[in-house]
Amino acid sequence: MRHQTALRRVLAAALIGPVLTGGLALPAASQQAPAPAVAAAQPAAQMIRVGVLRVDRAGLPPISRLDLPPADLAFAGARLAIDDNDTTGRFLGQDFEAVEVAATLDSAAADLDALLDQGIRFVVVLADAATTLALADRAGDRALILNARARNDALRGADCRANVLHAAPSHAMLADALAQFLVWKKWPRWFLVTGSHPEDRALADAYRRAATKFGAKIVEERVFEDTGGARRTDSGHVQVQAQMPVFTQRAPDYDILIAADEAGIFAGYMPYQTWDPRPVGGSAGLVPRTWHPAMEAWGATQFQNRFEQLAARPMREEDYQTWIALRMVGEAATRTRTADPAALRDFILSPEFNVAGFKGQKLTVRDWDHQLRQPILLTTGLLMASVSPQDQYLHQVTALDTLGIDRPETDCQF
Amino acid sequence: MKTALLILLLSASPALANKVFVSNEKGNDVTVIDSATLEVLGSYPVGNRPRGIAISPDGRELYVCASDDDLVRVFDPETMQETHTLPSGPDPELFVLHPSGNPLYIANEDDNLVTVVDTRTHRMLAEIPVGVEPEGMGISPDGKVVINTSETTNMAHFIDAETYQITDNVLVDQRPRFAQFSDDGTRLYVSSEIGGTVSVIDPATRQITKTIGFDIPGVLPEAIQPVGIRVTADGKKIFVALGPANRVAVIDGDSLEVTDYILVGQRVWQMAFTPDQSQLYTTNGNSNDVTVIDVASNKALRSIPVGQQPWGVVVAPN
Repeated sequence: MRHQTALRRVLAAALIGPVLTGGLALPAASQQAPAPAVAAAQPAAQMIRVGVLRVDRAGLPPISRLDLPPADLAFAGARLAIDDNDTTGRFLGQDFEAVEVAATLDSAAADLDALLDQGIRFVVVLADAATTLALADRAGDRALILNARARNDALRGADCRANVLHAAPSHAMLADALAQFLVWKKWPRWFLVTGSHPEDRALADAYRRAATKFGAKIVEERVFEDTGGARRTDSGHVQVQAQMPVFTQRAPDYDILIAADEAGIFAGYMPYQTWDPRPVGGSAGLVPRTWHPAMEAWGATQFQNRFEQLAARPMREEDYQTWIALRMVGEAATRTRTADPAALRDFILSPEFNVAGFKGQKLTVRDWDHQLRQPILLTTGLLMASVSPQDQYLHQVTALDTLGIDRPETDCQF
Repeated sequence: MKTALLILLLSASPALANKVFVSNEKGNDVTVIDSATLEVLGSYPVGNRPRGIAISPDGRELYVCASDDDLVRVFDPETMQETHTLPSGPDPELFVLHPSGNPLYIANEDDNLVTVVDTRTHRMLAEIPVGVEPEGMGISPDGKVVINTSETTNMAHFIDAETYQITDNVLVDQRPRFAQFSDDGTRLYVSSEIGGTVSVIDPATRQITKTIGFDIPGVLPEAIQPVGIRVTADGKKIFVALGPANRVAVIDGDSLEVTDYILVGQRVWQMAFTPDQSQLYTTNGNSNDVTVIDVASNKALRSIPVGQQPWGVVVAPN
C-alpha cells in the first residue's frame, strides 16, 4: 500500500504543470518556468502520516452474500481520502500517507504498537467497542484514535477517552434518527426484537431511550436467541418462512417492528415474514446509517463516482467513516498549515473546526464526548428514504444535537 | 381600451425578446423560454446529465456540459440542432467562456482538472491540475485570469489564462461552488455552499476582504447554501442563490450587506440576467421550475415550469 501511495505522489508531482495536448504551439507555456506562487512546485515540506487499523473478527458470514466484506473494506475509503488530501496538500506543500493494517483480535495491540513506533500520531481504528477501548488506552497520549466502526454508547459515555474521536455514529444517534422519522410518521407503537448478543442489548437500550425521548411506546419486547441455525444453507429460507411468523405472532397492536441486531443474526430475515403485516426498521428494513451507495444528494454523486472508480465497488459505511476521519485530519492540516500532531488535534477538537462530508451541512465535533455530529440517512434496500434530523425537531444549538447524547445528558468525563 | 393598452405594453418592450436556455440535469434536455412572453418555446434533448450551459458572445453557439457523456455538446440556438461536440475531459460540470468567445475553460469534477478547449478548432489546448472536485469557473473581465473553485479542497485557484499556470490559491469556506468577478474586475465573489458564506476577494492582492453570511428568520442555518452569484453591471447589486433556503439574497454592492431575500422555487442554484439586466432567471432544481425576478424591484415575477431538475441557465445576447 505504501509504495502505491508513493507512486501516486510521483504521478501527482509529474502532473503539477499543465499538460499540454494537441501539439499546439504555446510559446508562453513552454518557455516560462512555473510561477513561483505554485506551492506544488516546492518540495513537500510537511508529511502527515496516519494509520488505518482494521481489526477483523473471525465469525459467521453475513446472512446475505451481498453483504460479504470486501478485502479493502475501509482501506478503499482511506485511499480516496489520501488522494483528496494530497490533491489539496500539493498547493500547500503537504503530503499525506495512510499505513493500512488488517489485524486480528490477537494481533491488534502489537500492530498498534508498530504504528506508534513509526511515529504515527493519528490512528483510524475499525474494531468492536471493547477492542477500540483497549487500543485507545494502549495508545494513551501517544496518538489520537479515530473510531470509524464502534457504535457503542458507553464508548462515548462512561468509557469515553480524551484521546478518542468518533467518526462512527453512536447507537443513540442511529436510534434517534429512526425514532424522529417514525414519530413524524405517527408510527409510535414499536415491537422491539433484540438479539441475544451483548452488542444487540446495547443497541436495544438506545431504542428504548429513543422511544422515551421522542414519545414512542415499546408495546412488546422479545429476544431472538442466536442458536446457530440454518442461515444460508439450501433450505434456510423454508425455515425462515416458518419460524419468523411464529416468533412474531400474538404481539399487541403495533405500528412497526424494530430489530436490534448489531450482530447480524436475524434482522435480515424479518421483512415480509412477520405474523402481522407490519414494516420493519432498525437493523433491517428501514435502516439508519451514515452512508448508502445510492445517495445522490449534496454533490454525493461525484463522490460516489470517484470512490467507485478507485475501488471498483460501491462505498460502504466503513469506507465513508474512514474517509471522513482522514478528511478531518486533512482539513485540519489545510486550515492550520501545519503537520504538528498536537496542533492538528487541538484544532479538530476546537469550536472553529468543521468539515464537509456530502451531508449538506458542516460536520463538527461535540466537545463533551468527541462525537462527530452528522445527519443520519434512513435507507431502504436500494434508496435513501429520508434523512434525520427531521426538520420538525428543533434545538437551541444545532439540529444535529437532537440525535444522540446531548451535553446535559452525557456520562463522559475526560 | 384594454387591447390598446396591451399593444402599448408589448410595443414598449421589443428589446426584451431573448431566448432563455435552461439545462435540466435529470431530464437530459434544455427548455427554451421567451423572455418577453415568459412562454416555454420548447424543450430539446441535449445528451446525458446537462449541467453547465453558456452561449457565445455572438449568440450563434450554445454550449452544454453533457456531464455523463464526458463532452461538451454545441447547438445552434435557433434550431437547437447539435452542430458538433467539444472534447471536455471527463465529467464536465461547469465552464466559463473567454469574453472573446474563445477558449472555453471547463471544470472536470471527477478528475481534478480544468480543461481548456479551443471553440474554433475544437481541440483541447491544456489540462490544468487543480483541487478536488473542481466546479466554479470565473474569468476576469479582461480575460487574463481564470478562477476555478474546488469543492473538497476549498480553494479558489487563480489561473493565468494564457500560460495555464496556477498563480495563487485562496482558501475559502467549505465547498466553494461559484466564482464571479464584478464587471470592473475589482472584486471576486466566491460562494461556499456548506460554509454558508460568500467570500469577497480582492483580485489584486488575492486577500479575502470580507466574508458575507446569511440569516433568514424561520430558515434553518443548515439550509442556507450559497451557490450561483450574479452581479449587476454597475456593481450595485449582488444576487446570491441560496439553494435549499429557496431564496435569492440581494447584497448591496457598496456596503456588502444583505438587503433583501427573494423567495423563489426549491433548491435554487444558478442564475442569469437578460442582456438589459431587467430580469434575472433562477433555476429551481427541486420544484422543476425557473423563477423570473424583476431586478429593479427585487420581486419574483413568475415561476415557469421547465424540465426535470433544472441546473443551469443562460440568456441569448441581443
